[in-house]
Amino acid sequence: MKKKYKLNEIDCANCAMKLEEAVSEIDGVKSAKVNYMMQKLTFEADEDRIDEVEKAVLGICKKMEPDMEVAPL
Amino acid sequence: MKLNKKQKKWLARIVTAAVLFVVLEILVHMGAFDGNKWWIGFLFALVPYLIVGYDVILKSIRNISRGDVFDENFLMMIATFGAFGIREYPEAVAVMLLYQIGELFQNYATGKSRDSISDLMSIAPETAFVERDGEIEEVDPDEVEAGEIIVIRPGERIPLDGEVTEGESLIDTSALTGEPVPRRAACGDMVISGCVNGQGTLKVRTTKAYEDSTVARILEMVETATEKKTRVENFVTRFAHVYTPIVTIGAVVLALIPPIILGGGAQVWISWIRRACIFLVVSCPCALVISVPLGFFGGIGAASRIGVLVKGSNYLEALAHVNTVVFDKTGTLTRGEFRVSRISPAGDDSKEAQDRLLELAACAEYYSTHPIAESIRTAYGCPIEASRIGNAEEIAGHGILASADGHEILAGNAKLMQSRGISAQEPQTGGTVVHIACDGKYEGIIVISDTVKDGATQAVRDMKAAGVRKCVMLTGDRRESAMEVASQIGIDEVHAQLLPGDKVDQIEKLMQSESGSGKLAFVGDGINDAPVLMRSDVGIAMGSLGSDAAIEAADIVLMDDDITKIAQTVKIARKTIGIIHANIIFAIAVKIIILVLSVFGIANMWMAIFGDVGVLVLCILNAMRLLRRNG
Repeated sequence: MKKKYKLNEIDCANCAMKLEEAVSEIDGVKSAKVNYMMQKLTFEADEDRIDEVEKAVLGICKKMEPDMEVAPL
Repeated sequence: MKLNKKQKKWLARIVTAAVLFVVLEILVHMGAFDGNKWWIGFLFALVPYLIVGYDVILKSIRNISRGDVFDENFLMMIATFGAFGIREYPEAVAVMLLYQIGELFQNYATGKSRDSISDLMSIAPETAFVERDGEIEEVDPDEVEAGEIIVIRPGERIPLDGEVTEGESLIDTSALTGEPVPRRAACGDMVISGCVNGQGTLKVRTTKAYEDSTVARILEMVETATEKKTRVENFVTRFAHVYTPIVTIGAVVLALIPPIILGGGAQVWISWIRRACIFLVVSCPCALVISVPLGFFGGIGAASRIGVLVKGSNYLEALAHVNTVVFDKTGTLTRGEFRVSRISPAGDDSKEAQDRLLELAACAEYYSTHPIAESIRTAYGCPIEASRIGNAEEIAGHGILASADGHEILAGNAKLMQSRGISAQEPQTGGTVVHIACDGKYEGIIVISDTVKDGATQAVRDMKAAGVRKCVMLTGDRRESAMEVASQIGIDEVHAQLLPGDKVDQIEKLMQSESGSGKLAFVGDGINDAPVLMRSDVGIAMGSLGSDAAIEAADIVLMDDDITKIAQTVKIARKTIGIIHANIIFAIAVKIIILVLSVFGIANMWMAIFGDVGVLVLCILNAMRLLRRNG
């Protein structure tokens, strides 16, 4: 299943690219996309692992962009 | 210029620091910090430096603590610390100051372009008024189910797709189609979400839930359009991956190796460390990275303003390289409706004789339900009294034998005439010919043909002007009628009498003959050419507002019927790619020049700052040109 988040104050296009790569590499994430222009993060994971994966994704966001607000859509 | 709260605070810091910087610069020139008073200068510089750059330093320290060293904050910190180290205080402040100005501008510019995108997105309805148990409730469009009745008051945005059950109004579709003329909607008509209701109140039975409604699907597509990876983007990603590490390593080498080899004192070390700092400042690939999505967003935004929905950056990229445009004939270049195009009485060609011939034909075709019969009756226009018509007999494959006003009328093909011993000539025409005879006497012919759409000729001409080399037409229709349309419009190549399956084969052949990076676009009405739309490099569906199959299968959707917009979209695509390429080349060139100059000690920190934020700002400005352009 897919989950979407609104990202507020992601720093730069390069940071968005790095974040996208980092999220894609999380175990359980099938695909991930950080849309810098729309300030959106979308990732896809298996339904039965979604809670665990979501936690990891949010963890990465916090780690890489501490100033960024992440709100589910 | 409207700044948000964060940007205002940011600007205030920049202005304060800039004022202090000017004072500092003056004091330095007056020699206020000469000799052993350097530490006063240091402290004086530290104030504006920290005011403008404290967050950069905080971020960079935080990043180092979690192992991510080489980000731009770190680079700025090192570069400015380097300047402090060699007692170039004004330079340290200036570097940070310019960096922050660039960052603020970038923040503002991206926010601004995002706003322009949101404006395009303003087609999203906020609420729906749904009728439940006789009462009207205001709910979120999400909560309305298909089949419920919604009420749309004058001036409101239609929240869900549906069928009008009550009321009549004019609907403004311009947000979706770019078409300024409103459409009429009355009982039984379908209305599309995202359009604005005119003066009448409508009751609409929803046919889809919100997430399947046109508006939701369009928003979803536009938002995700820039996520499709393009060739330019792949290039930039790969470049960015190698560029930053290489430049960073280069900086380390530059700072250590020459002074060790050349030897010499502190001055030599300072000189080379300074060159290394310049390397670090220009090592951020942000200008490159942002150019691509920003450019495509601009292009897609510009296209959507004229009612063209581009489903992905990659399609806009492909469209910019289109050499061949293939059209489906019926419904795309022609109206797909049959009309009487020629009335030729056998004897004299007067208006009266023409009217009489048409009347005879209309009487003969009185009972027929064939599309050709309908177009003849439409052309005749006047109602015919049923009492005038005796019996009518349909002769399969030939035509009709009918009696009217006591006369015996034959209407059909040449074979029908011949079978009755009437000689009839087959004229040279692409349309369908109906021969008419009355009481055994040949009266003349009526030609019925499909008519070319207004603007089709213009569309082909515009496309050629926009750089399309070849326009091809595919049709299942007869060769003669295809050729007639083709010569009228200016089509280069015609493939007629194709079965639906042949069209895909034909597209594949054409795509193979395409040289190099040349792309092929197919334009169809989206109703029965989904396989061809999918197979071609760029599938363009037209007139497909509300048609799910077309929106699904096509890569680019013309929201209204206007095929002249294809040429406009090609122009937008070429311009978009041009701007993106210009930005990439410009950014890489400037950076490389500065790198080379700094190796030889010619570049200074000011140039480096330009190579970083200056280039970034120029690239953003360049990309924003697309968004500013109207249509």
